[in-house]
Amino acid sequence: MVLLTRKIEFSASHLYHNPNLSAEENRRIFGKCNNPHGHGHNYTLEVTVAGEPDPVTGMVLDLKELKEILEREVMKRMDHRHLNYEVPELAGQIPTCENIARVVWQLLEPRITQGKLHRIRLYESPDLFADCYRQGGSGAGN
Amino acid sequence: MKTDALQVELGRRYRFAASHRLHSPHLSEEENYRVFGKCNNPYGHGHNYVLEVSLSGEIDPATGMIANLADLDAFVERHVLEEFDHRSLNEDVAAFRDKVPTTENLCIEIFHRLKHFPHAKLERVRIQETGNNSFEYAGNTEGNDA
Repeated sequence: MVLLTRKIEFSASHLYHNPNLSAEENRRIFGKCNNPHGHGHNYTLEVTVAGEPDPVTGMVLDLKELKEILEREVMKRMDHRHLNYEVPELAGQIPTCENIARVVWQLLEPRITQGKLHRIRLYESPDLFADCYRQGGSGAGN
Repeated sequence: MKTDALQVELGRRYRFAASHRLHSPHLSEEENYRVFGKCNNPYGHGHNYVLEVSLSGEIDPATGMIANLADLDAFVERHVLEEFDHRSLNEDVAAFRDKVPTTENLCIEIFHRLKHFPHAKLERVRIQETGNNSFEYAGNTEGNDA
């Protein structure tokens, strides 16, 4: 098995607010991420696909195809968008790094038919990220 | 059929600067120099370490979080950074009085300090000693670290 990773970057705004909590609780739990006008990040997404290289092409999957899937599923949905208001898949969820990563996984997994989605890592900043993988798929760590 | 559960981990990076000297009291001066090379320099040397902490757990639907970063940051600050940052690992950290402060041992020491974080499960720690060297520890596979 060979792992192939492609990286993309997108910029988006968000804020953390739970309408079921009081203003004080929101402020206490979410801190400055609760600012009502939101704020933004440059997100970096690393998508890792596992598979055997095709004997004819030598590829696990065609990178052009992966690029198109990422463009359609992630960039069109999230790049230069407000994650709270413009991404229906995140409706009703706090758009934390963990939740965005989970949504990205759910969007990508059924689209990747050559090879198998192995792991994604979403960076909100260089020091904060979320990893998503299937347990038993040994996606952790490496 | 996809039967494996989807696992989400939260990763956070911290930075600290510390000095160390690789030296074993069980080896002769010559052997120390042969094994550790310039890392055996008696006055020590330092690194900008990058510590990567990975946690797993359920995403709380109310907060969208595996763990609140403020809690994690405070825990890492109290249990690691306060004692390690701008210190000599050999002189200032009790665990390294009788253990060589390689980054392998540093990973194990930090894992043990962080495994009691109460709000999520510590999956692993990874430490970059320099941009070219990194080390990971995910606990004892026999479960003694759980």
